[in-house]
Amino acid sequence: MANKVAVFRREHFNAAHRLYNSQWSDAENSNTFGKCSLPHYHGHNYEMEIKVVGTPDPATGFVMDMKKLSDLVNEQIVERFDHKNLNLDTEEFKQLNPTAENIAIVIFNLLRPHINADFDLYIRLYETPRNFVEYPA
Amino acid sequence: MVYLTRIEHFNAAHKLFNPAWSREKNDEVFGKCANDNWHGHNYELYITVKGEPSKETGFVFDVKQLSLIIKEHVIEKIDHRNLNLDVDFLNDKLCSTENLAVGIWNQLQPNLPKEVQLHCIKLYETPRIYVEYFGE
Repeated sequence: MANKVAVFRREHFNAAHRLYNSQWSDAENSNTFGKCSLPHYHGHNYEMEIKVVGTPDPATGFVMDMKKLSDLVNEQIVERFDHKNLNLDTEEFKQLNPTAENIAIVIFNLLRPHINADFDLYIRLYETPRNFVEYPA
Repeated sequence: MVYLTRIEHFNAAHKLFNPAWSREKNDEVFGKCANDNWHGHNYELYITVKGEPSKETGFVFDVKQLSLIIKEHVIEKIDHRNLNLDVDFLNDKLCSTENLAVGIWNQLQPNLPKEVQLHCIKLYETPRIYVEYFGE
């Protein structure tokens, strides 16, 4: 593809979670995850940057209509995770440890089917202003 | 008089829920913030003290000391905790950002030395929402 451009949409959600491997004892969880494993949960303001790479459509000049991207992220991600407990209230993390890494992969997999297959998709997820992950790497 | 601010942060779960109200009333007033299983935030805390700079040190207050006082009396009690369940100084209080700021003031005020005055607790619940409390 020629003239590839990356477009970004930033969205956010607030959620509770704890890091916990159900295969391990409480002591092993505590040793590995420290206070992130405390039983009554803690929480974060998650900030997402959704990056879509493609060639602008000659008719519109857009890679992707940002309003449609925003609506998609809100429908698929924000409504699912905002003001929820990731461990208790979501299907995605019933069996999967809700680390920032796993959350980024889940967000990618939820969005990918809804975005033009010709476009590349990347997720950057901030768990705090100082901790963030990217998928795919 | 010089104002000195130390910034700290903590991450916590909470919910907004008034136990004296019905489920419906809580949902009506607090919306998704009343979710049973909690949600959470990255809180950013600005603690401002005021005083005259010491002639000997040039400091209003040793900011390292201030940081240690904040960590001991506030951060260690609330970081990675559930504000509704785990925090003694919020017992029986609604866990709004407003009440949390007042609670933090009350934790710090008695633990600061006399030569320095607490001026303001500024608490961000999200990058777009914050409260300020001046002890009034």
